[in-house]
Amino acid sequence: MFDAARLTLPNLPGVGYKPQHFSAILANAAPVGWLEIHAENYMGGGGRPLAQLRHLAERFAISVHGVGLSIGGEGPLDQDHLNRLKTLCDWLQPASFSEHLAWSTHDGAFLNDLLPLPYTADTLTTVCDHIDHVQTTLGRRMLLENPSSYLAFAETEMDEVTFLRAITRRTGCGLLLDVNNVYVSSINQQTDANAYIDAFPLDAVGEIHLGGHDEDIGDHGLPLLIDSHGAAIVNPVWALYVHTIARGGPKPTLIEWDNDVPDWPVLAAEAARAAAILEQVA
Amino acid sequence: MTQSSFAAALLNPDAATPANLIDPQGRPAPKRFSVYRNNVTSGLIRALEAGFPVIRKLVGPEFFAALALTHLRAHPPRSRIMMLYGDDFPAFLAGFPPVAHLPYLADVARLELAIRHSYHSADAAPIDPAALSVPEDRLLNSRLFLAPSLRLIRSPSPIHAIWQANTNNGPAPQPAAEDVVILRAGFEPAPHLLPPGGAAFLQAILAGRTLAEALAASPDGFDLTAVLALLLSTQSLTGITK
Repeated sequence: MFDAARLTLPNLPGVGYKPQHFSAILANAAPVGWLEIHAENYMGGGGRPLAQLRHLAERFAISVHGVGLSIGGEGPLDQDHLNRLKTLCDWLQPASFSEHLAWSTHDGAFLNDLLPLPYTADTLTTVCDHIDHVQTTLGRRMLLENPSSYLAFAETEMDEVTFLRAITRRTGCGLLLDVNNVYVSSINQQTDANAYIDAFPLDAVGEIHLGGHDEDIGDHGLPLLIDSHGAAIVNPVWALYVHTIARGGPKPTLIEWDNDVPDWPVLAAEAARAAAILEQVA
Repeated sequence: MTQSSFAAALLNPDAATPANLIDPQGRPAPKRFSVYRNNVTSGLIRALEAGFPVIRKLVGPEFFAALALTHLRAHPPRSRIMMLYGDDFPAFLAGFPPVAHLPYLADVARLELAIRHSYHSADAAPIDPAALSVPEDRLLNSRLFLAPSLRLIRSPSPIHAIWQANTNNGPAPQPAAEDVVILRAGFEPAPHLLPPGGAAFLQAILAGRTLAEALAASPDGFDLTAVLALLLSTQSLTGITK
């Protein structure tokens, strides 16, 4: 049945879909209002993953989140992979498609991680060309996610917000603002997370990510936070989220928990906390 | 190129941290770089652990992690679809001297990989069993179509018994050559031990031979009824020519 509500992500909490939560979600998803999937996990020919996805897509707006396009790669995009993505988006008709400002393949090898790039005039051109290619192939506007970073590049010419702002202006793409990544990067790079949010083009943000991270100690005894998606969201990240929503208004907000995945009630409680913040602002 | 040196250093633990990577004060940042190195290797080890649980049980978790690390550094994934990562792991095991004393290992890995591929294979509607109720000469001249999720693995080792012993507490494996067919009734693929001649028969069917031709390729005493019953009961027969 056609349902216009499933064509856009609502300004509600969503969660990253895990198969072990299938029954719980169908029984009672509240306060979760939409689901996000990793595109690459649904590129098989069939079987249970696609059957579950078809079922969920009848009930929920779905966000397709890619982790393998390597938009920040120096080389050209993999046309075969882009075609697989188009096949998925064409039959699923998701409410949103997003990918990362990162690279993950080099010389034919897939490194299965979101790797950083320097922010220069040259990399800006490459990334914009890749986003144009994606948006043209898929026939839809995509969202680009800010990365978490652990180090800096000597050759970087501009800060991350300037770089992202230029990408949205040149390509017309939207942004996915990962608030945990902003916090992680701000500790690791010794920058001001609130100032990052204040400078960010929130009008272009179509989705927010919240997630957990691990704490470590880096070079020279400086704190080093590691984006793990494997823990509860910490209070400073919730505070930064409140600051973001107060400034930019309510946005679809994903609870991202990919490793050591908890039982449904734990995820639902994180979603309820996001829902309360969204309601205060709405 | 920036990404060449970055990528090379990710997979080579002896490579120096690329000099253009710095901390907030502009100093070299080897520990920060090692976060990426650890993410890449631990993520790929976890993927191999999830994909080859029986191999991990057979060699032990610590040895498996070392095996996986050696493999992934030499053969990083070529595909971005991690749920199917490990296509070249069986061949790696077959050629890796430290496991040469476990000659069945590579074929057990092929079996685990085939089960995973079967799980993600395309769906296909089974035929009505009544479609087989035709005169015998007509049936023998028919061609059968098998589900895309069907996989056939032939081995000189008792791979089915090894798999059962390590997943379902099956009895201790005895030396034997075993042919296994993976069949997916609904969404759960399961390996089935084939009777003698079963693999040759299925190979002929998969190659598009008629039932009569496939039977001619099978040894005396081959039990056609048993194999057809297995295919029907697992929804693995998806078509028959008229």
